[in-house]
Amino acid sequence: MTAPALLVEDLWKSFGDLDVLRGIGLEMAEHEIVCVIGASGSGKSTLLRCINLIEPIDAGRIFVEGEEITADGTDVDLIRRRIGIVFQSFNLFPHMSVLDNVTLAPRKVLRQSRSAAEERATALLEQFGLADKRLEIPDRLSGGQQQRVAIVRALAMDPDLLLLDEVTSALDPELVGEVLNVIRDLAEAGMTMLIATHEMGFAREIASRVAFVDDGRILEAGPPDEIFSAPTEPRTGEFLQRIIEAGRL
Amino acid sequence: MSGPVPGAPGAVPPDLVPPRRRRQRTYSGRSLAIAAASTVVFFTALAVVIVNAPGWTQVQRSFLDGEIFLEALPDLIGRFGVNVRLFLIAEVLILAFGLVLAVMRSLPGPVLFPVRLLATVYVDLFRALPGLLVIYILGLGVPALRLPGVPNDPFFWGVVALTLLYSAYVSEVYRAGIESVHPSQAAAARSLGLTQLQAMRHVVLPQAVRRVIPPLLNDFIGLQKDTVLVSFIGVVEIFRESQIHQFARFNFTPYLATALVFLVLTIPLARFTDWLIARQRDRRFASSVRASGDRARRGRIMGWFGRGGTDR
Repeated sequence: MTAPALLVEDLWKSFGDLDVLRGIGLEMAEHEIVCVIGASGSGKSTLLRCINLIEPIDAGRIFVEGEEITADGTDVDLIRRRIGIVFQSFNLFPHMSVLDNVTLAPRKVLRQSRSAAEERATALLEQFGLADKRLEIPDRLSGGQQQRVAIVRALAMDPDLLLLDEVTSALDPELVGEVLNVIRDLAEAGMTMLIATHEMGFAREIASRVAFVDDGRILEAGPPDEIFSAPTEPRTGEFLQRIIEAGRL
Repeated sequence: MSGPVPGAPGAVPPDLVPPRRRRQRTYSGRSLAIAAASTVVFFTALAVVIVNAPGWTQVQRSFLDGEIFLEALPDLIGRFGVNVRLFLIAEVLILAFGLVLAVMRSLPGPVLFPVRLLATVYVDLFRALPGLLVIYILGLGVPALRLPGVPNDPFFWGVVALTLLYSAYVSEVYRAGIESVHPSQAAAARSLGLTQLQAMRHVVLPQAVRRVIPPLLNDFIGLQKDTVLVSFIGVVEIFRESQIHQFARFNFTPYLATALVFLVLTIPLARFTDWLIARQRDRRFASSVRASGDRARRGRIMGWFGRGGTDR
């Protein structure tokens, strides 16, 4: 039996007095897509940032493909190559062209030649409809285009696991669709993804499983139909009710 | 830009006019004429008062002797070459050493504490010491040790002293720039697997340096003036040359000529710095407009220093 793509054990994280994550446990198989839902401030983003080791964790263990990445002496730079993350606010490098944004890490981290990195980047940009933007600087792109570039930038490292942190939350409504389509393509290609999102309809459509995070814990997790239609926890029901009232489901 | 105002079609309430346009409106027509007239009257009156003041003729004789001015000026400009060489060499060294200090102070992590400590102590020390003191200690004190292999050329020690002094200031400017780059940029770079230093080198520094060019130029204006301090350890440069002329003729006009030389160098640089700052402010204004939802293109304010590849 192969090791799970991702295994999180009893993860704790606090910022000062504030316990943001209070014993998160999560297991993901390869090719699985898990959507993390929950109110703002429930800890979704922090969970993703901890898995990428951007935030140091206080307690718990994280395994990627059976290897503990939270062990002492782990080379975090090596781990981060295998885990891609896309942020809510894109975080593209504003002083570089789209192409340089995408090729920077393959060239500097994976030591690819410029021509090899650019060839691969161009192919990826083409695949996601961004070929004509390769020499633009990010500020000249729409939010949707910027976010697609950010996804391509993460994909250029060939990650085993992709973390998407509310990637459509900073976008104008009419631009959300193009980014969701990219994620659908990735899902079809079998990418293992952990997605924090407020797009409930999308989560329901794409997720293998949905995890509801409340107050720093995963309150319940299961197939989307179960969670959205018949949640067992009253708090999940309340949360979904609020979403429905806001017209977002 | 601003939407139509109910009840007053086409009219734009003054509060909604962006500052640039409002300024143009203020300085148009009548007010421009008033400003011009007032300026002429004020400075004419000032000139009349000065010229008629008691002692003006002495001032004129001692500071504004045309003959001595013309006699001294070619020598002074010639000697100014020494100052120019001094600050050009020092500026290159300062840019490099200041950057090293700033990066040393910006590296996080407990292991690197001694590195940060070293850089911090250095910067504190050299910002606290009077420049002339350092120039004396290095330029007169060190050669007096007669250590083998240590140069005793005052020009050399002048460059060293100015570099040590100004690198402390410049490193603080760099550091402000580094800290102005949002941490999410470094996080994005690290999340792709770049090391601390790679993230600094390829993502943080290129953005930081662009932002601090105006304050760097400002420090260099200070440096260019401070090159005269090196005359105290025996470098014959423009200030010493003007002193020589002053002693020869018992007249202060050569100092005024020297002042003029510095003005001619420094004022254009100061204006250029101001222009850069204004341009950056415009750009920030434009990007905050964009951030609030306006996704308009902005070819006008495209980066002055090019779009910048990583190492092209």
